[in-house]
Amino acid sequence: MTDTTQKATVKAAPGAAPAAPVPAPAPRRTRVWRGVTPWLFLIAPLALLITFTYAPIANMLAYSFTDWDGVSPELHYTGVENYTEIFTREDLFRVFFVSGYYLAASAVQIVAALYFATILSFNLRFRNFFKGVLFFPYLINGVAIGFVFLYFFQDGGTLDSVLSLFGVHTDHAWLGTPVSANTSLAGVSIWRYLGLNFVLFLGAIQSIPGELYEAAELDGANRWHQFRYIIAPGIKPVLTLTVILSISGSLSAFEIPYIMTGGATGTETFVIQTLNLAFRFNKTGLASAAAVVLLLIILLVTWVQRRLVPDDKVDLA
Amino acid sequence: MTRRTVARTLVYLSLIAATILVLLPLGVVLLTSLKSSKELAGGSGALSLPDSLFNVDNYVTAFQDGRMLTAFTNTAIILVVAIGGTVLIGSMTAYAIDRFTFRFKKLVVALFLVAALVPGVTTQVATFQIVNSFGMFDSLWAPIALYMGTDIVSIYIFLQFVRSIPISLDESARLEGANAFTIYRKIIFPLLRPAIATVVIVKGITVYNDFYIPFLYMTSEDLGVISTSLFRFRGPYGAHWEVISAGAVLVILPTLIVFLSLQRFIYNGFMRGATR
Repeated sequence: MTDTTQKATVKAAPGAAPAAPVPAPAPRRTRVWRGVTPWLFLIAPLALLITFTYAPIANMLAYSFTDWDGVSPELHYTGVENYTEIFTREDLFRVFFVSGYYLAASAVQIVAALYFATILSFNLRFRNFFKGVLFFPYLINGVAIGFVFLYFFQDGGTLDSVLSLFGVHTDHAWLGTPVSANTSLAGVSIWRYLGLNFVLFLGAIQSIPGELYEAAELDGANRWHQFRYIIAPGIKPVLTLTVILSISGSLSAFEIPYIMTGGATGTETFVIQTLNLAFRFNKTGLASAAAVVLLLIILLVTWVQRRLVPDDKVDLA
Repeated sequence: MTRRTVARTLVYLSLIAATILVLLPLGVVLLTSLKSSKELAGGSGALSLPDSLFNVDNYVTAFQDGRMLTAFTNTAIILVVAIGGTVLIGSMTAYAIDRFTFRFKKLVVALFLVAALVPGVTTQVATFQIVNSFGMFDSLWAPIALYMGTDIVSIYIFLQFVRSIPISLDESARLEGANAFTIYRKIIFPLLRPAIATVVIVKGITVYNDFYIPFLYMTSEDLGVISTSLFRFRGPYGAHWEVISAGAVLVILPTLIVFLSLQRFIYNGFMRGATR
């Protein structure tokens, strides 16, 4: 490792020359030193990156083709058996349907966030107050949110009390049936994440120069026209980003359902299932395969987004 | 003109409805935290006001029996070390990538780029084995190392700022005999102050709120952080909503204070973090 680094840095020295303002060729020792310098800065970050991101991915891939239980020294190569199990065992595959609830919630969330961002981009009274109120839930601790809403949906809790104010008396157990529970949990996730989408949209809208609106108004455009022809194109990059974040967020929903129901009554999500497989049932092999599937789906979605909207901001080099 | 007034009214109504939707669940929990267990059992309904607005008994119970002091201490330690590390690592990486030309630079950049796309939740199955093999399982080091090692977003934020620092500053310092480390320490790092503020805020809130990593890696009760300690309220206080509510309020309060005092930085920070 050290050997290649040394060689690499010596050769890299001429490349580094333009950055140096000194026209005369530097002595050999300085050149070598200059070549090593960036690696001294990068050694710790790279070590952490490889240890905690790339090594796990590589291990995970390897585990996914075995029947390892996570503790015993013994493991057997099982080929693609784990992968076929995920896609054929109905009880394992079911979690994808739960993601559907969160996906639907994301759609509602994006539309609502767009609406609030649009109206709050105009001059309104108490604008900052409303902005703060809408954003604040995003900053709250997930466990606290879970408890707040456990009480909200509880028998005789916040929701029931509010309904009874309007004369609706119900003994419906909101978290009691799979459909109702998943809908409730997805609703909580809207409550929690709407603020981030809203602030992203608002930032994008406010970065549109104000003269555009004035010019449009002179041309007789109404609010809807302004939204359709000025705001919508202006926020397209942020919108696609949000869609991607929502899809990967829906697939990896974990905190809210785990804290509130622990995955009971049909609210188990992909991540909860994977964690249970790995740490409760000691099926590290199967859990790894599940994690690989999730990772591939998310990478695929991101790739599609990058194809749809070539984003020049990510160009680092 | 009347149409405009109607539209305006509808807009305000929708905003008020949203405000109620956001604040009502939180407000009710605040009310509940001030009630005694007798009041709750009395069945006066979740929306009723508590008998005394200054009843802090539940907070005392939550703080002492819920071991919130340990939790806040552990969270504070993790916050300070992990954020300090993130700032150092992020700024060093950004400096090296932006200011030097070296071999394999493209590869290094690609490694960081691709890592940004990998969601941490997916790889924990295997990360767990690695953390375990270092003997970091069930210690404060596990979350510290993971928060420091997997934060690509702050590298992006630093990179944007390093780019905006004129290279001529480096050059004139170099002419005066400063080496790369002096330039980083004396010129780049101080000029990165706004980026550091952003990273500290965004990272701080994320770490403070994180549940997944401490839950997975710090299982013993002495190592509770605020998320996991609050989560443990479920067992012993299962039916005592007044104590659970007090715990939740205790956890939310610091966030509210930080939010109110640093609003502008927080909006900008999260926008930068997400759109990177």
